[in-house]
Amino acid sequence: MINKIVQSMADAMAGIKDGSTVLIGGFGAVGQPDELIEALIEQGATDLTCVCNNAGTGRVGLARLMELGRVRKIICSFPRSAGSVVFEELYRAGKLELEIVPQGTMAERMRAAGAGVPAFFTATSVGTILAHGKEEREFNGRRYVMEHALKGDVALVEAWEGDRWGNLTYRASGRNFNPVMAMAADLTIAQVSHLRELGDLVPENVHTPGIFVSRVIHVDRGPDWA
Amino acid sequence: MQGFDRKAMAARLAQDIPEGWYVNLGIGIPTMVGDYVPMDREVILHSENGILGMGPAPAKDAIDPWLVNAGKQPVTLRPGGSYCHHADSFAMIRGGHIDLCVLGAFEVAANGDIANWATSENDTAPAVGGAMDLGAGAKRLWVIMEHTTKDGRPKLVEKCAYPLTTPGAVKRVYTNLGVFEIVPGKGFVVVDLAPGVTLEQAQAASGAVLHTQ
Repeated sequence: MINKIVQSMADAMAGIKDGSTVLIGGFGAVGQPDELIEALIEQGATDLTCVCNNAGTGRVGLARLMELGRVRKIICSFPRSAGSVVFEELYRAGKLELEIVPQGTMAERMRAAGAGVPAFFTATSVGTILAHGKEEREFNGRRYVMEHALKGDVALVEAWEGDRWGNLTYRASGRNFNPVMAMAADLTIAQVSHLRELGDLVPENVHTPGIFVSRVIHVDRGPDWA
Repeated sequence: MQGFDRKAMAARLAQDIPEGWYVNLGIGIPTMVGDYVPMDREVILHSENGILGMGPAPAKDAIDPWLVNAGKQPVTLRPGGSYCHHADSFAMIRGGHIDLCVLGAFEVAANGDIANWATSENDTAPAVGGAMDLGAGAKRLWVIMEHTTKDGRPKLVEKCAYPLTTPGAVKRVYTNLGVFEIVPGKGFVVVDLAPGVTLEQAQAASGAVLHTQ
């Protein structure tokens, strides 16, 4: 019997190695797998490259992981936001590498990785400093830059519902980066607000089919997110 | 000099959006544009974080924490609205399905170049978000911004001094002083001046020539 549901955060985090590239879902706080990030802090892996749209806020979650010196590099589109104090301290002190990627390019690079497409061309960033050093080609009279697939060793995603085969649904704008990150990693760990019996999710409404998911853990996020 | 206030700028731009357009509104003054599209005109708002058919801000007691816009503020979903993931959301943008994107800017040049993401090449930590995708992908890009900086420097310029977001993308600029079309090979052309603003005043506040039609 296939059962991707794990009972403890230790089991959820098992095997994450130092030096891993970790894809972390969410757009701001929405769809961000807070409890999995806390569990990664506990688990201890270090020298990580984190891919996340934002670079953490306050001194919890991703910001705490960075403050503990466990993140070597961050790949994101919008690192600077209200409360991104840890990021700014570390970046200014030269203790954190930063790769800025346009948001749509970041999403597509992961979708490409998940779909077995090693690179693609996009008009996004052509003629800007973010295109420096990238191969350019012209198609149908327009210039495009080549962008490489962005693959993760691990993806931490947040979903609304999940079952033992790893099928997931998302709630409202909590979907954001989670489905493409789930596709793009070797080990995808999903925290879900609700566990469902196999067969209870409406097949037409499954957002991430279980083939992209390795482990599922139930997390009660409390009444605010119910 | 009277000119438009921010609400009037947003209302002036909203007036030019026809029924049926799919529109992405950036953070700041652009977001206000949504409040001025008449309720009987169906304009479908897109938010980069995977919302199509976005509605206005909810009442304080009806906030859904799972539903935020690109600025992470609570919003609502209109009947007929839908959600998608980030790659699909940016496929809508990059694939040329969005009729109009409205962004703010630091500078817009007479050739349509826009600079709105970083203030210098050595910016300590620039944050691009979806601006470059929107600039390159939307069918048309309109900018809404103050005509000058807080210390009075022009934001309509011959050539952008700040790092570009997208070259040659801007079609129109809405400012507190008026509405300006960017005509290829010509530059800024005055469409409309705000109440109480003369061409001479608008020209004096600009770093590029304002042509008349």
